[in-house]
This record gives sequence, structure tokens and C-alpha cells, in this order.
Amino acid sequence: MTATAAAPGPAQVEMPKDPSRGRQIIRDILGGSVVISILAVVVGLVVGAILIAVTDPGVQAASGYFFDRPGATFAALGDSVGGAYSSLFQGAIYDFGRPDFLSGIAPLMNTLDLATPLILGGLGLALGFRIGLFNIGGQGQTLVGGAVAGWVAWSFPLPFPWGLILSIVAGIVGGAVAGGVVGLLKARTGASEVIVTIMLNYIVFYFISLLLRTPGALQAAGTINPKSPSPPDSARVPDLFGAQFSVTWMFVIAIAATVFFWWLMSRSSLGFKFRAVGENPAAARTAGIGVDSMYIWGMVLSGALVGLVGVNQVLAFTVGGFGSGFDAGIGFNAITVALLGRSRPLGVFLAGLLFGALNSGGYVMQAANDIPIDIVLVVQSIVVLFIAAPPLVRVLFGLPRPGTAPRRRAKAPKAVEAE
Amino acid sequence: MKLELRGITKRFGPLVANDAISLTVEPGEIHCLLGENGAGKSTLMNVLYGLYPADDGEVLLDGEVQHFKSPGDAMRAGIGMVHQHFMLIPVFTVAENVILGHEQTKPGGRLDLGAARQQVREISQRFGFDLDPDALIESLPVGVQQRVEIIKALSRDAKVLIFDEPTAVLTPQETEDLMRIMRQLRDQGAAIVFITHKLQEVRDVADRITVIRLGKVVGEALPTASNAELASMMVGRAVALEVEKGPSHPTDAALVVSGLRVADPHDQIVVRDVSFTVHGGEVLAIAGVQGNGQTELTQALVGLQPKVTGSITLDGDELVGRSVRQVLDAGVGYVPEDRSSDGLVGGFTIAENLMLDRSSGGPFVKAGSLQLKVLGDFAQQKVQEFDIRALGSSEFAGQLSGGNQQKVVLARELSRDLKLLVAAQPTRGLDVGSIEFVHKRIIAARDAGIPVVVVSTELDEVTQLADRVAVMFRGAIVGIVPADTPRETLGLMMAGEMPGGVKAA
Repeated sequence: MTATAAAPGPAQVEMPKDPSRGRQIIRDILGGSVVISILAVVVGLVVGAILIAVTDPGVQAASGYFFDRPGATFAALGDSVGGAYSSLFQGAIYDFGRPDFLSGIAPLMNTLDLATPLILGGLGLALGFRIGLFNIGGQGQTLVGGAVAGWVAWSFPLPFPWGLILSIVAGIVGGAVAGGVVGLLKARTGASEVIVTIMLNYIVFYFISLLLRTPGALQAAGTINPKSPSPPDSARVPDLFGAQFSVTWMFVIAIAATVFFWWLMSRSSLGFKFRAVGENPAAARTAGIGVDSMYIWGMVLSGALVGLVGVNQVLAFTVGGFGSGFDAGIGFNAITVALLGRSRPLGVFLAGLLFGALNSGGYVMQAANDIPIDIVLVVQSIVVLFIAAPPLVRVLFGLPRPGTAPRRRAKAPKAVEAE
Repeated sequence: MKLELRGITKRFGPLVANDAISLTVEPGEIHCLLGENGAGKSTLMNVLYGLYPADDGEVLLDGEVQHFKSPGDAMRAGIGMVHQHFMLIPVFTVAENVILGHEQTKPGGRLDLGAARQQVREISQRFGFDLDPDALIESLPVGVQQRVEIIKALSRDAKVLIFDEPTAVLTPQETEDLMRIMRQLRDQGAAIVFITHKLQEVRDVADRITVIRLGKVVGEALPTASNAELASMMVGRAVALEVEKGPSHPTDAALVVSGLRVADPHDQIVVRDVSFTVHGGEVLAIAGVQGNGQTELTQALVGLQPKVTGSITLDGDELVGRSVRQVLDAGVGYVPEDRSSDGLVGGFTIAENLMLDRSSGGPFVKAGSLQLKVLGDFAQQKVQEFDIRALGSSEFAGQLSGGNQQKVVLARELSRDLKLLVAAQPTRGLDVGSIEFVHKRIIAARDAGIPVVVVSTELDEVTQLADRVAVMFRGAIVGIVPADTPRETLGLMMAGEMPGGVKAA
């Protein structure tokens, strides 16, 4: 009964210590099960299929004589959806049209390449979520990290690998500072990290645009375009499997970051305090944990990981110099990845791979089947929608409501008492 | 109106919260529903009030079967409920709150507040409430707010009144008043269901008593039954209601608080010039009605309050101005009054909660790394030592019952080398069995020579645990008296009066 009826005592009369609704929402989302995440992806793909079908000219034509020959409509449906998803697969995992295995596997390598920044950014934002910080500043932290890494790369041309290492470290530090500022503002003034990070996105974006147009700052010499110089080759991230595949060593860094995230959160003292603050800041404070300093360090580490996204974009992904839009929306897509992965290291890693595959395959789908790549965006967005609204998924699939499980377990100790 | 429940069964998944409960409440009687927390009392009343559908059984009023789909149905049928947590809107007036939900309107959709005021006045006169219909709820004392709840129920012509743990927030005097009102209502023919787990109140006011344990009716009793009889019915075994404790052997003064002032975030003084001394090996209980500065005082002791002046010394070391971390490291054990919000992280396992306030250094952290093996062994040992009923030390703390949660908090705090134990409302919301356990542990800490400060709003607890009692009222200490001071005197002190002839301790 404890689970259902209000517990007695006037303790509950008091207002909750931390009335932050955002934190509750994060907790609800993260509290969803793996099943919800998987089902959300399934729903996304089904809705994507419906959209592909209804926008396909073949299906539209066949549906005109549906009552004469319904089979034709279904055949057209199968053709369009099957063709699209087959292209998606071949563009993301393995292309059966290529002559040999090595070139056939190229799409998978492309998937890994596109997944790399999503994993790094997803981990960075997930770190914040676990502390109860809704970091929306992926874009800004990416831009700072990338710009600093790029600037260090061409300003301090060291031989390989030192130039690269220095640039990567610089990018991490840049992101860490960009995140740390937010943590500091939240800890010292109580400012909402959501608002601050969103606004910093704009500030950073326009500031870097300005620097890119200012000779002597980030602008390449001898040009009037808002574009940076090209980082020297000695500071470029090398390809992982040679030039035929697009995946770079940044993917290895992403794997390392995933392992680091796991160790930090599950095995370290700092991670323990992070989680305590994320789950219940009042209890953490009562137990002598410095909640404010956890907010600051959490944002520093979160920004540092996101800074690596900038490094990836500037030193691995972009050919030549970068323009102001080099974040390519990854800062926001990383939110999706972190949520889909429920802020757990393996989950984020897999979610990053999935979105990398969707992006990689989406290009092929567009080229081969003339299906707009926006469908992929719709699929991604639907996934987010369903993750943010677990009840919707539950209704669709007739899953039990949450709380039944805890109730069942709450009974267990009672049974012991009854003996 | 006669209320009859027949074979009410309510399940939540595999948990049977109410198992074929039958109950009859005659008009003009006060029927007590006695049971521990979690016994199923509130569930039963929520079924009756239309909040939960029953899986089985029926509700009858004057012999007619009722089908309540919502509290609105129940109210229309004549059932009124005075909730444990008041369902009032603080910024509304008494009259506005009373008509909330069944507003009467004049032509044009205008609110008929005049009629509501009139109704409030009539009912208050009938019961001698002395209530101003235009007073804002937030400006009223808790006891008066409760009367507004009662008027709310009566204004809807409730013939069956349910009081759900109504005394939890009241002073002894306010409780007396409530009892008087309940008797008055009974004499006018109302059928009253009084839910509580406090034995004394039951014996004072009940005409009949039904005891519920683990979702089942275990028996009926008469108010003449002794406390021990009622308690053993509730718990299912004999319970030591009195804490067994020997005389205290106070040693040197350990905790010295002098001239302590605490201001809240709005710079209102909430603790004013409080001074007291606690010796090693004694329990000082701080009594008082909820909200008279005890919370802030205990928080100040552990460094959780930012605006503190004055001095708190422990074994000669000044604690004011130190961080929570430093205070805990100085050997202060702290059992917070709200364990689910301040004492535990519900999403953490029992083991993780046991290391919550030792998350930086040994024995659980070495070189920034968690020592999971050490923690696991420690947790297993504490689960046994403190009799924490759980599937294992990896069960989430949020899924434990209140008593077991409190045992986790106690296990954590008492496992450190303590120089002071501060326990705020250590048994609030716990069942009789857990209360016994917690009290034993606190006395054991005292007997080990640790100075103990217990803050409690329950007079029973205060008189049982304390060697000396400090009574707080409006942020100040009214007086510090021996534990054997009569309850009536303590009650007066809790209302701010220091009766003449009381000797200080």
C-alpha cells in the first residue's frame, strides 16, 4: 500500500526542495526502459515507411485503380518502401552492388564516421543529464572547441603527431571552458543552464562568424570569404583504415570516451557524486557533497566531451578550412542521441551508431530512390517524440504502466516482514 | 447515515492492499480504524471516497449499494473527507475554499460569495469555531485550517465523515479541540471514521475500534483495551512501547550552543538566541509543534543553513561557518527529518546510500576510484546488523518501506566514528516495530557515550527518549526541563507558556 497511498507525516505538505520541472522531465525520460527506446525506433521507421509510401508517385498512381487491382497498390507500396529501406541499408551498412568486400563495407565505415561526433556529443550531453543539468549548448560548445582546435592547429604548426595532440587538447579545453562558464553561472547565481546554454549558442555562433570575417582573427589570409585557413596536415586526424574509408581515428577516441564515461559514472568517486546530485540534490547536499562544485565540474566535463565534436568537425570531417556552420546541427542531434541512449554509455554509443547509419543511408536513399533525406529527419524526430512521451509508446504497444514493477518489488520486503 | 463496507478487496498488481475488508459504521459513532503505516487504511478510505475502484466488494449507505466513480459522487452521496494533507488553496479566503468545487452562482455567472460566507458563519456558530469567512487560509494556524476542511465537508451535508490521520500536524491542545469537535459531530448523528496509528487518541475518542494489519481486519476492540493490547494487535506481536533504558551517565559537556540565531532566505529570524548544552551520554530532546524553528536549528547544527550567527562548539571546536562536509568530518551524525528527500537517494541502491556521506575518502574510495568490493561487504554486513528487510544490498532505497529506509540512514550514520548524533523526527511515519528498533539504536548510541540531540514533535517520543527536554516555540527555547515533566506542562510550553513552578534542568 505504501506505493499507492500518501505516506503519512507532514513532511509531504512541504514543497519539494527542488521544484525544477526540467529535472523531473529528464528523470522521466531517462527512467524509460530500453524497450521504450527500441519501440520508439520501430515506430519511427514505420512512420517513415508510411511517409515514403504516400509520397511515392508509383503508389499514388496505383492507388487510383485500387478497387480494380488492389494488388498493384500493394506491389507499388512494397516497391517504394522496400526499395527505400533497402537503399538505406546499403548506404549504411553494406553495399551489395560493389564488386568486393572492401568497397562493399565502405558504407559501414561512412556510418562510423558520421556516428563519431554524435557519440562524442551524445556522451557530453548525457553526462550533464545524469547530473540533472539539461545542457542544450552542444552547438556552442562544439563551435568553441572546434574554433580553438583549428586556431591552435594553424597557429602552432608542430610536426605530427604533436600538432594534432596539442590541437585536440586545445579543443577539449575550449569546450570545457564553454561548458564551465555555464556551470559557474548556475552554481553562483542560480541561472538556469537551459536558458544560458541556448543563449550561449547564439553568442558563440555570431561571435565566431564575426571572427571568421575579421582579418587576423579566424579568417584565412588573402580572402574575403568568412572561412578559416586550412589546418596543416600535421594537425589532421589520420584515417583509421586508410584513405579508401572515411572513418578516422576520432572513432577510436569516441570508443575511448565511451569507456571513460562508463568508468567515471560507475566506478569513480566523482561520478558517484555526480549521480547523487542528479538523482537527489537535497540528499547530496545533506551528505556533504558540494552540489555547486558538482554542477561546475559536471559542465566542464560535459563541455570537454562536446569540444571533441568540434575537433572532429574541424580536424577530421571538414576538408580545408571551416565556416561558421561547421557544427552541422550535431549539437542538437546529440541531445536526441543522449536521450535515445538514456544517458548510459553503451546506449549512447549504440544510439550514435544508429543515427550515423540513418544519415549515411539517407544520402544513398535520396540518390537512388529520389526520396528526400528529410524523411530521415522525420524518423529521427519521431524517435525523439516517442522517447519524450513514453505513455504514447505504451498505449501503442499496450505496455504496462510504469510503477507496477516497483510496486511489485515494494511488496517483497513486506512479505519478509509478514513471515 | 449508516456506512457499510462489505468484502472490499483492492489489489495493486500482486499486492493485496485490502483483503475482503468489512466494516460497519453506525450513525452517531466514532469508529477508529487503527493500523500501522502500510496496513491498508488509506487505501480503504480512498476506495470508499471514489478515488480507487474496488476489485471486489461493495459500499453501502443506509443499505443501498453505491457505485462511486469519483470523489464527487461520494460527496454527493454524503461522504466527507478531512485529508491528512489539507486540500486548501492558501491564497483563497475561508469562504472561497469552502465553496471550491461546488460554487454557487448568481445570474450572469457571478460567484455568490455572500451565501458562502453565511454558510461558513452558520456552521462555525454551530460548533463554536469562531472562524472569519474572509480570512486568508495562509494566515491561519494549522489547527484552524483543519477546521476549514471540516466545514468544507459539513457544508456539503456530509453525514459520514472520514478523518485521515488528522492529528499529525496538531499540538496537543489542538488535538484536544479536534477530539471535542469529533464528539460534538457524533452527538449530532454523524458517522465518523477516524484513521490513526496513535493509540492514545484511539482510546480517548473511539466508540469502536477496528484494527487492520497487512490489508486484513485482524479484530475489533473496545476503547477500554490497553495500549499494549492494541499495539500487539496492530503489529501482530508483543511490542515494547516503553524504551528500555537505564539512567544516563552524562560526561563532560560536548555540544555547546550559545546565542544561536538563524535567518531564513528572506532574512526572517527563525531561530532566536538559542543556547543549550548536551553532555556525552545523554539525550536532549527538542520538543515543539512542527514549524517552530526545530528544522532550521538542526540544519544549522550540521552546516546546512547559510545565515547563522552565534556559536556551536563540539568538544571545543567551532562548527559555525564550516561546510556540511567539515561538520560531518568533525564527527556529527545526522538523521534528517525528511528521509526521502534529504536522507536518501531513492534511485541509489542500499549500498550506494550507505556510502553517501563518505563519497570522497576511505574506506570506500581509493585514488578517486570506488571500492565496490569493500562497499559490498560493508553493505551486506549492515543489512544484517540493522535488520534491513530487502532483497539484498543492491535493492533501490526508494523501493524500501519507510522503516527500512530509516534503518539505512541510521546504519550509515552510526557506522561512522561519531562525536554527536543529531536525529530529527527519527520515527516519523514509521510503524510501531520500526519505532522500537530506532529508539533502541538511539539509546544504544547514548549508552556508548555519544551526546544525542533528538528533535521530535511527538510528545510520546520526547518523554521516552529524553534525559532532558528543551521545548521550542517560535524559534526560541521556552525552557529546558527534566524528562519526567508532566505532559500537560510540556503541552503548555509547546504553546509558548512557561508555567510557574516548573523546575529547569
